[in-house]
Amino acid sequence: MRIQCPFCGERDLSEFAYLGDAAFQRPDPDAPDAEAKFVDAVYVRNNPAGPHDELWYHAAGCRSWLRVTRNTRTHEILAVAFPTPPGHS
Amino acid sequence: MSAPGQPKQPNRLAQAGLVDRSRPLSFRFDGAHYSGFAGDTLASALLAAGVRLVGRSFKYHRPRGVLTAGSEEPNALVELRGGARREPNTRATVAELYEGLDARSQNRWPSLALDVGAINSLFAPIFVAGFYYKTFMWPAALWEKLYEPAIRRAAGLGRASREPDPDSYEKAHAFCDVLIIGAGPAGLAAGLAAARSAARVILCDEDFLLGGRLNSERHEIDGRSGSAWTREVEAELRAHPEVRILRRTTVFGVYDGGMSGTHTFAALERVSDHLSIPPQHQPRQRVWRIIAKRSVLASGAVERPIVFGGNDRPGVMMASAVRSYVNRFGVIPGRRAALFTTSDDGWKTALDLAAAGVPLAAVIDARSVVLPQLIDAVKRSDTRVFCGAQVVDAHGSRALERITVEDGGRRSQIQIDALAVSGGWNPNVALCTHLGGRPRWSDAIAAFVPGDVPRGMSVVGAAAGSFSLAAALREGAAAGAEAARATGFATVDVPEPRVTDELTAVQPFWCVSGTRSKAFVDFQHDVTREDVALAAREGFRSVELLKRYTTLGMATDQGKTSSINGHAIMAALTERTIPELGTTTSRPPYTPVAIAALAGNHRGTHFKPTRLTSGHAWAQERGATFMEAGDWLRAQWFAAPGETDWLKIVTREVKAVRSSVGVCDVSTLGKIDIQGPDAAALLDRVYINLFSTLPIGKVRYGLMLREDGLVLDDGTSAHLAANHYLMSTTTANAAKVMRHLEHARQVLWPELDVQMISVTEQWAQYAIAGPNSRRLLERLLGSALDVSNAAFPYLGCAQFSWRGVPARLFRISFSGELAYELAIPARYGDAAIRAIMSAGEEFGITPYGIEALGAMRIEKGHVTGNELNGTTTAADLGMGRMMSTKKDFIGRVLAQRPGLVDANRPVLVGIRPTDRSVRLYAGAHFLTLGSEVSLENDQGYVTSAAFSPMLGHWIGLGLLVRGRERLGERIRTHSPTRGGDTEVEVSASVFFDPEGARLHS
Repeated sequence: MRIQCPFCGERDLSEFAYLGDAAFQRPDPDAPDAEAKFVDAVYVRNNPAGPHDELWYHAAGCRSWLRVTRNTRTHEILAVAFPTPPGHS
Repeated sequence: MSAPGQPKQPNRLAQAGLVDRSRPLSFRFDGAHYSGFAGDTLASALLAAGVRLVGRSFKYHRPRGVLTAGSEEPNALVELRGGARREPNTRATVAELYEGLDARSQNRWPSLALDVGAINSLFAPIFVAGFYYKTFMWPAALWEKLYEPAIRRAAGLGRASREPDPDSYEKAHAFCDVLIIGAGPAGLAAGLAAARSAARVILCDEDFLLGGRLNSERHEIDGRSGSAWTREVEAELRAHPEVRILRRTTVFGVYDGGMSGTHTFAALERVSDHLSIPPQHQPRQRVWRIIAKRSVLASGAVERPIVFGGNDRPGVMMASAVRSYVNRFGVIPGRRAALFTTSDDGWKTALDLAAAGVPLAAVIDARSVVLPQLIDAVKRSDTRVFCGAQVVDAHGSRALERITVEDGGRRSQIQIDALAVSGGWNPNVALCTHLGGRPRWSDAIAAFVPGDVPRGMSVVGAAAGSFSLAAALREGAAAGAEAARATGFATVDVPEPRVTDELTAVQPFWCVSGTRSKAFVDFQHDVTREDVALAAREGFRSVELLKRYTTLGMATDQGKTSSINGHAIMAALTERTIPELGTTTSRPPYTPVAIAALAGNHRGTHFKPTRLTSGHAWAQERGATFMEAGDWLRAQWFAAPGETDWLKIVTREVKAVRSSVGVCDVSTLGKIDIQGPDAAALLDRVYINLFSTLPIGKVRYGLMLREDGLVLDDGTSAHLAANHYLMSTTTANAAKVMRHLEHARQVLWPELDVQMISVTEQWAQYAIAGPNSRRLLERLLGSALDVSNAAFPYLGCAQFSWRGVPARLFRISFSGELAYELAIPARYGDAAIRAIMSAGEEFGITPYGIEALGAMRIEKGHVTGNELNGTTTAADLGMGRMMSTKKDFIGRVLAQRPGLVDANRPVLVGIRPTDRSVRLYAGAHFLTLGSEVSLENDQGYVTSAAFSPMLGHWIGLGLLVRGRERLGERIRTHSPTRGGDTEVEVSASVFFDPEGARLHS
């Protein structure tokens, strides 16, 4: 599998480390229901068969965290971008 | 036609073929000397020499010969080479002949001709599918000791060498616009079209000659022979600078690609297999990883056998293989032949045999209606032609002697020594299915054809079920041009070559009925028609169950010649169609690949990188014993001359440190340089304790959690200068912590203005520990730095210049002694340790290893990887109160979860054996005295244990349920594997200098 790193160009899978669902957003730690929100954010995951946004780390390259859209059925890489946090789009 | 002095080749034709008759090669088979020519395979050379019996079968030890002329060969498996290079299960049909080749038949004893194991054939009625499962059900204990070894001796294939492989193997990457798999007519046409567009083309073929079937058929293209046309195309391709031709290279797998149709292909290049020994500096084999934007699959087709009695006798051969041996190698399969076919294509063999002068006794076509022009073509000779007839039995003891033909209820016997068989062709669809695509059944050719193929791949020619030469050339050229255009190249039109028309009609015919002798479906695993029928009767009717119950298609040939026949028989027995039954999934590798090739140069010490600290050479000189810590080698202890008992050495080292001074290489600890206006803010968010309050020139111990509230890692961070920190991590977690920090900086809080880089390898670092460490440093550093207690107190840090080199000093201690860590750029690491040693000479400085370090940290109750094991919380380790309430940090919220603050959690305690002479073992579990050994009674476990030189007995750390309330209680540790039951006393986790007076002295 090849991933198009925005910094380094197309690179082999072996240079990257996988984290998981890119939808993870750190909840407000001061919210009254923070614990439930964190449990949801840390443990509850969608597992779609098809396009999936996920975080990959270019460990043996530029050390960028990347938001990779991968088709989990075919492993086709549909898009690669730097992670854009809420409010920074 | 042998050269003078060479052994005879009785079955070699005078002229025909592509072998080089000016280069005779001698070789040995089962010790006998033979001769062949350059361009032969072992199979063609054996057939030329008249050797028909080449091996014994897997289960029944039946005599077997050469069935095919390609990589699909199930029968002709030999042991090639000898000694450390002995290589079992090599297909003689693809083993290229070289001078001095030495091969042996397999699976026979005492000899190939007289094989005692053939007695298995007499017991054939009980050796049916599932036999082992049914027979050896009970008693189970005997299975491993008795049945399996006995069966393995009786049934099996070749013997591997038990010596280390003396050859080297390597891996390589290649990139191209168009990958063409197979260099038969379709692949060559595709290559030509793509190459003329200037696209980067890689053309792979498993054979040592390009051309595929063109080398084996008497085709003409534009008035030239197929092989002459091939040489012209090859010459043109070689002249294109962007074309790479890989001969002897099998593309064995298709893997996930990436973006827009790109895929990764794995290929095995047999660089030196055609030589007795690889040339100097050349690998034996090379695994290619080919990244191709587009691919053209021109892998051809495999002719399938027909299932009839005795169809495994040496002398029964695929019709297309007969043409290969006659036309390509100039070798005749026998003296009197017959053809059994169900397709027009098979008739070509009759014509080619006639042209080669081999008497053709009969043509038996299973179809009742056969085109008259086919019959007319062979009728000119004295050949008997049977239509709508069958070969029901092939007879002979060690090789074929005669066949029984059944024609409209009448049986006749025909004396022959060679039978060509054509049951139609199966497209080689394996590479279309590696990514999950399913093949599709075609009634027109009675075979599976590519269904949904991977994006960016096109399948052409016989692989797509288009069996005529004209179609192969047309489809190949179109696909090559299309692939080049898709990758951005302009193509030129290539005129379509003129070729002769061919007849390709086929009528499915799988299996002959009316025979009582063994009719083989899977030759290599000895699966018969009866085995398939038994599976049907016993309910193993799906293709997957059929495969596992009978082992059909599970041999090293993966059923290339057998699977479809087995499925067809099952379909007929269970009154289903083949597409209803489906087919099994094919997975990489397409043909066997040696583990050595997959390992490449990752063997021995090159299996993974070895990281050495800059003090490594010095440690070696000092007699260090090293151990692996991740990729690093670290000194475990330093044996003085005459010392052999490791525990005595470690005890000496600890006592020396605690009484005077010692030095330890701690360069392997992770070091992360963190800079920027928000560096302190980032540290506050990743550590549980506050770092923004840390003054410049000070170090603080910190603990990190994962977001789920469990401990990730610990270490210190030093505030070196304004907005500049240096973090240390454990050796094991250096990369993980780096990734964690980058995630925090890039994903969680990109608004923070902070940068970081790993400097683990840039700095050598030495711990100098013991009551004399300050005096040593005064002597070592001189005026470079004031290390007095007032100027440089506990947890101080400094950057300074020492002898013209930037240096850093940290007053931190893992041993619990007055201690420092001195860091200098790695290239001065060797000089620095030697300088430390000479400055320490007057104090009797002692180098110590990580065992002594470990003993001292256990004496001090310091945690390490054993305790930071991914299941513990800060509170479990006695550091709950370090969690700041003044800020948020990763893991804070979930660390408060009920499960993580439960009072019954096991927490860190110390233990010492009641009987002080007893040894403790890490991993032993805690139980109360007198309780039964059970999971319900489990109270926790010992995480670390060491002999304490200072206390004079073993001590341990462990995680004990409600441990802090149980100080002084007597419990026991239990290990079913080491040490059994040991009574221990629970204590605080700090055994030595609990007040920490030595740190501050």
